[in-house]
Amino acid sequence: MSTSDRVLTFGQAINEAIRQEMRRDPNIIVMGEDVAGGAGRAHLGLVDAWGGPMRATRGLITEFGPTRVIDTPIAEMGFVGAAVGAAMTGLRPIVEIMFVDLIGCCYDQIMNQAAKMHYMMGGQLELPLVIRTAYGTRGFEGRTYGGGAGAQHSQTLYSIVAHIPGLKVVVPSTAYNAKGLTIAAIRDNGPVVIFEHKFLGTAAKGAVPEESYVLAIGKAEVVRRGRDVTLCGIGRMTHVCLEAAEILASDGVEAEVVDVLTLAPLDDATILESVKRTRRLVVVDEDTPTASIARDIAARVADKGFDWLDAPIKTINAPDVPVPFAAVLEAHYVPQAPQILSAVKEMVG
Amino acid sequence: MKRFCRIAPRNSERKALLRTEAWNDLTQERLLWLYRHLSLIRLFEERLKWLVETGVPVGAVHYYTGQEAVAVGVCATWETTDLIASNHRGHGHCIAKGVDVKKMMAELYGKATGTNRGKGGSMHITDVKAGMLGVNPIVGAGATHAVGAALSAKVRGSHQVAVAFFGEGAAGIGALHEAMTLAAIWKLPVVFVCENNGYAQATPVEYAVPIKNIADRAAGYNMPGAVVDGQDVLEVWDSARTAVNRARGGLGPSFIECKTYRYYGHHQGDDPHRYRTVEEEEAARARDCLQTFRKQVLERGLLAERDLKAVDSENTARIDEAVKFAESSPLPDLEELYTEVYVPNGVA
Repeated sequence: MSTSDRVLTFGQAINEAIRQEMRRDPNIIVMGEDVAGGAGRAHLGLVDAWGGPMRATRGLITEFGPTRVIDTPIAEMGFVGAAVGAAMTGLRPIVEIMFVDLIGCCYDQIMNQAAKMHYMMGGQLELPLVIRTAYGTRGFEGRTYGGGAGAQHSQTLYSIVAHIPGLKVVVPSTAYNAKGLTIAAIRDNGPVVIFEHKFLGTAAKGAVPEESYVLAIGKAEVVRRGRDVTLCGIGRMTHVCLEAAEILASDGVEAEVVDVLTLAPLDDATILESVKRTRRLVVVDEDTPTASIARDIAARVADKGFDWLDAPIKTINAPDVPVPFAAVLEAHYVPQAPQILSAVKEMVG
Repeated sequence: MKRFCRIAPRNSERKALLRTEAWNDLTQERLLWLYRHLSLIRLFEERLKWLVETGVPVGAVHYYTGQEAVAVGVCATWETTDLIASNHRGHGHCIAKGVDVKKMMAELYGKATGTNRGKGGSMHITDVKAGMLGVNPIVGAGATHAVGAALSAKVRGSHQVAVAFFGEGAAGIGALHEAMTLAAIWKLPVVFVCENNGYAQATPVEYAVPIKNIADRAAGYNMPGAVVDGQDVLEVWDSARTAVNRARGGLGPSFIECKTYRYYGHHQGDDPHRYRTVEEEEAARARDCLQTFRKQVLERGLLAERDLKAVDSENTARIDEAVKFAESSPLPDLEELYTEVYVPNGVA
């Protein structure tokens, strides 16, 4: 089997990205809650018990040891702050905030500290920091373990991170782009926040080359060509857009799907170029709508591409409510293909 | 295992010991270093206060006046490669760590020649080359950065020590406790220096902190804690060198609480008489750290009056030069508004 036929899960691809980079550069460290899990308990035969919600750090402690793969206590403000301090002084930390919902415990370090350091210090230091965090609802069809996590363990929240100048925010959608964007984030000399969808962690599988590769941060990708409407997806929503595009194709509507991939800095050019050809835009976003990235994309296209549009831009978000618990409500909360279909029907009609 | 010890027990016996031993460990050159920096901080802040009061727009500033012995006593212990993280009242820390007062003054004036090229101001003065990781006005945040710097030193095997300066106002914030937890469990080379000046803005320490000595909390993190007279630069230095040596020797973090006093309000516009008495201020000024040091060295015959006067006039000239430099420096280009938002990329 050639390497390009090799199939990895999303989580395995991130694991491989981190592992390859750690081999390349001894200044890269990994920190977070249970990133090793069994750290310090080798005497009990327990090594690497968990490896985080994506299993992205599984096995790293075995290869790189506890000096570079550091389990932290539950102290997000402390360890994200320590990662900022370490990044200021020669290391390249990859820090994991287990779920993005926990960002409230360390938001100061992200929005006041990491984001602003380079600018407010007049460019005198680099801040090579990667923050990885899991987001989103776990699932709505045959809900599995980890689903039904409720309002404080299921949020998306990338808009409040993308809002802060100085942070790069990437949202991979496949095993392939997860590996390339993770490597790009690690090699970036500034702070990058990676949002990894919980459902994709094990559900998204695909061909991933074994060799190391970089996908540029700040680039959206056209993942399906079409001429009638542009569907803009973010993270897991890209898969929902592709599902909708498939159904639309059977009705004779050719949808183009743009995977946004980087929320900050946003690649307006690729989105505008697509809209110029299709003349219609639907943005699909799992975050809540008020002050969301979906509405930001809509505003940018309205500002720069209004004359090309044949129909009003549609944004499809989760509703402006906390994430509910009951499976039936959670399924209703997350944007799904039928919402896209009816939006497109109105526009193409 | 011994759960708790004090680096510097507060008793008269200890003080007497310090009086002889610590003084013997200081060369004349080192004594002059101490005085030069005590005096430079005092003169910098007094000039700044005068500038503010004559209407020079230097932004929001928090005078360090009164607390000089803390920054100077701690920084006197170090190698130049050591690192500090500071808080909003950071001018003294910067000067004691060797940041150029010309660039500091230019930064306060918002000039392109400032430490941060006019993009930081008083509350963000940084000089990475001098080991000064940033004045930081988010209370407690700097302590986490010091811990990260110490972690970095440990991973890189650089033998550097990191010091966090914070006020007693930080005693209530979680970031400090998280920082202390991490430093303690990872045995990091950090020294936590709490400058207890009695007030968090207008809130008195006895209201906001339920124990008499914040350093007693060090016991909860299994690290040594010491309470020292923050008006006595020798006592600060003696305690800090023990902590720094301990850190460099791989024995982990320590906590030093320096009891001190700020002479002016919280910031340039604050009238402290709304929350404290003139009598209290006078009592604190009677124990002024510069006057105490002068008296000590003169009485012991370690330095002569003319040495001290020479330092003062040299420092006054440096401040004059700093103000001149700041005034004559160019403003930042308007383009600067948009630059350095993202860090330029290397490897990829």
